[in-house]
Amino acid sequence: MSGENQYSIMRDVVLFAALGVLVLLIFVSQGPVYSLRMLVEAGCYAIIALGLTIQWGYAGLFNVGIMGFIAAGAASSMIISFPQNEDFWASGGPELVGLFVVKLAVSAAVLWAIYRSARWGVGPKLRGLLTAIAIAVAYLVLSEHMAVMSEEIEQASGWMGGLGLPVLVGWIVAGIVAGAIAWFVGKICLGLRADYLAIATLGIAQIIKTFLKNADWLTRGTLTVSPLPWPVQTPADGEFIMARASYLTVVAITIVIIYFLLQRAYHAPWGRMMRAIRDNENAAASMGKDVNRRRLEIFVLGCVLMGFGGAVLIHFASIYDPSGFLDLNHTFLIWVMVILGGSGNNRGAIFGAVFVYIVWVMSEPVAFWLFNMIGTYGQAWLGWEPPSDLASRALQMRVFVIGLTITLVLRFAPQGVLPEKQARH
Amino acid sequence: MNEIVFFINKGLVSGLIIGSIYALGAIGVTLIFGILRFAHFAHGDMMTLGAFVTLILSAALAALGVTLPVPLAFVAMFPAMVITAFIAIGLDRTFYKPLRQAGARPVVLVMASVGVTLMLQGLIRLFAGVRSRDMFIDAPKEIFRLPFPGASRPVIITEPQVLLIGFVIVAVIVLHWFLTRSRLGKAMRAVSDNPELARITGINTNHVVWATWIIGGALACAAGTMLSMDVTLKPDLSFNILLPIFAATIVGGIGQPYGAIAGGFLVGFCETLAVFNWSILLRPIKDQLWFEVPTSMALVPTEYKLMVPFLILIIVLIFRPTGIFKGRVLA
Repeated sequence: MSGENQYSIMRDVVLFAALGVLVLLIFVSQGPVYSLRMLVEAGCYAIIALGLTIQWGYAGLFNVGIMGFIAAGAASSMIISFPQNEDFWASGGPELVGLFVVKLAVSAAVLWAIYRSARWGVGPKLRGLLTAIAIAVAYLVLSEHMAVMSEEIEQASGWMGGLGLPVLVGWIVAGIVAGAIAWFVGKICLGLRADYLAIATLGIAQIIKTFLKNADWLTRGTLTVSPLPWPVQTPADGEFIMARASYLTVVAITIVIIYFLLQRAYHAPWGRMMRAIRDNENAAASMGKDVNRRRLEIFVLGCVLMGFGGAVLIHFASIYDPSGFLDLNHTFLIWVMVILGGSGNNRGAIFGAVFVYIVWVMSEPVAFWLFNMIGTYGQAWLGWEPPSDLASRALQMRVFVIGLTITLVLRFAPQGVLPEKQARH
Repeated sequence: MNEIVFFINKGLVSGLIIGSIYALGAIGVTLIFGILRFAHFAHGDMMTLGAFVTLILSAALAALGVTLPVPLAFVAMFPAMVITAFIAIGLDRTFYKPLRQAGARPVVLVMASVGVTLMLQGLIRLFAGVRSRDMFIDAPKEIFRLPFPGASRPVIITEPQVLLIGFVIVAVIVLHWFLTRSRLGKAMRAVSDNPELARITGINTNHVVWATWIIGGALACAAGTMLSMDVTLKPDLSFNILLPIFAATIVGGIGQPYGAIAGGFLVGFCETLAVFNWSILLRPIKDQLWFEVPTSMALVPTEYKLMVPFLILIIVLIFRPTGIFKGRVLA
């Protein structure tokens, strides 16, 4: 027992020390400005990976729509914290948006009333019919209003602009919005098998991305929004090291807080119950645990972290670009981080995030170099004419490697490098 | 009458075409879901892969100077289907079978299939680039213009569309015969209905698994080829086509090939009719209407097309998770 624990701690120490050496090497070779940027981004990925590791590792939920939650979080944080657009507030825009929110609230209330109408003796058939009618009417009214509103706003002021609130408020709202979306998805899919959740999250991610890309009135669409405010001094006057170091501090503090809260939750009765559900759903259900409700809880919690982490990531990049969210970078890379680091182990998620992100960033120049070599030598020795889009193909190599890593880890090291420590009670 | 012709061209024909593609994809997904019990996320890239195999074969045929009355790609599709079926079996042996034998949870297999889809995607784009390609190497596609009574514009249907509809009809008949008459087909249905019972009865599960991958792979290749013959071969299908195919599978009921066909057409028609601009049909009678006809009356803007299969999926999951054909909800 204690030997097992000793071993696990040794493993932690060795791996994290190796990671430290790697980071140090990068600091020495690439300079502090670059390395700090990389570390901040890795930290943001670590927050997102923590969100995923509780979904997958604590509860066994398969979420393929991480990108969608990141994008939703980033967009809401951008809207909350970006300075106000005076033209918008001077035009008729606020009225239209306010009316839209009222209509949305009314539709939601009506739907809720229909959903709860069983109490007042409304039969299931009638309820289904009423729901269908209500959804259809609400959809027509809202989409009509949205069309008018987006046209008006785009003509009068280009876009809505932000609210100019503090960045921290934006980050928290980012988490709330992502969590709210997760609640809807989870409510529908969590009673069913994990595959359904995977399909639904895949769909919702694509839809969120499409919406953000096309809703020019809300997010400026492809025009992108910049510069996003920082919670600390921005590097406007060239003080990159100072600014990035303070941003890194904020991120690090956040990670530490989240880590300790998650560790507590893991060892608390709640975490024990979660693992019981994950390991044997039927047994847990027969002990009177409300399986679907607990799963919904953890799914929402994980997505809150994803939205939050996404907001932190985008604020650091300082430019909000809705087409910049990619399945590969913002979903599957995070999956590799979590399963390689060790699912169900929070330290594993953090280790995986930092390590995989460093490898990911470093692999880009390596891939270009490799492909240039192949191109040059192929031409010189074999007379092979390399295609003109060699650079973009080099990036595709990384897609392949991500896929290969997922399949290999699943087959040969399903526990990851830092396996979940089986707690004995 | 031109408005009705427009409706036939933009609404019915394109719904039929995209519905057939979804149906071909969904048959494979539903069989894999029913027999191997996991959602196969690599199906979209298997379609792209099949289309590329076809493209290579038809380029080889064109280089040999073969000329045929039908497009070369259509002829090359049949050997390509065999090749894709073998690739599918190979993928199963390398990536899914070891996990199955290690007793992994189904969700781990889903994840492995996501890994496989990324690998296929990377490889295809690595060797073929990201630009779209034309499947018609030898000759441009033929376009049939059928006159419509009372309209000045014809109903337009292209050669690959005719071939696709013919192929789907033949494929469905053959599949029906196979599943209801042949030993292996019956065994497949048995495993899909109750795997334990099937195993006890002495059904060779290995053969069933092979047959599943052969049908799934071959039909995926056909769907990918036909889709790229209809438009162009784009290597970025994967996730965009996956959602409608899964929606079709779940609407039809998991493990129900006929349900998958119906679901495919349902999703295809819903999608095209939702983005169809209905105001065109109202234009001829606009003087009798009490309201002004807006210029655009599509239910869903074209860029949100993906919302349609998603909404269908959500509605089915809420109200009838078994699908319209009473499939299973896997537990």
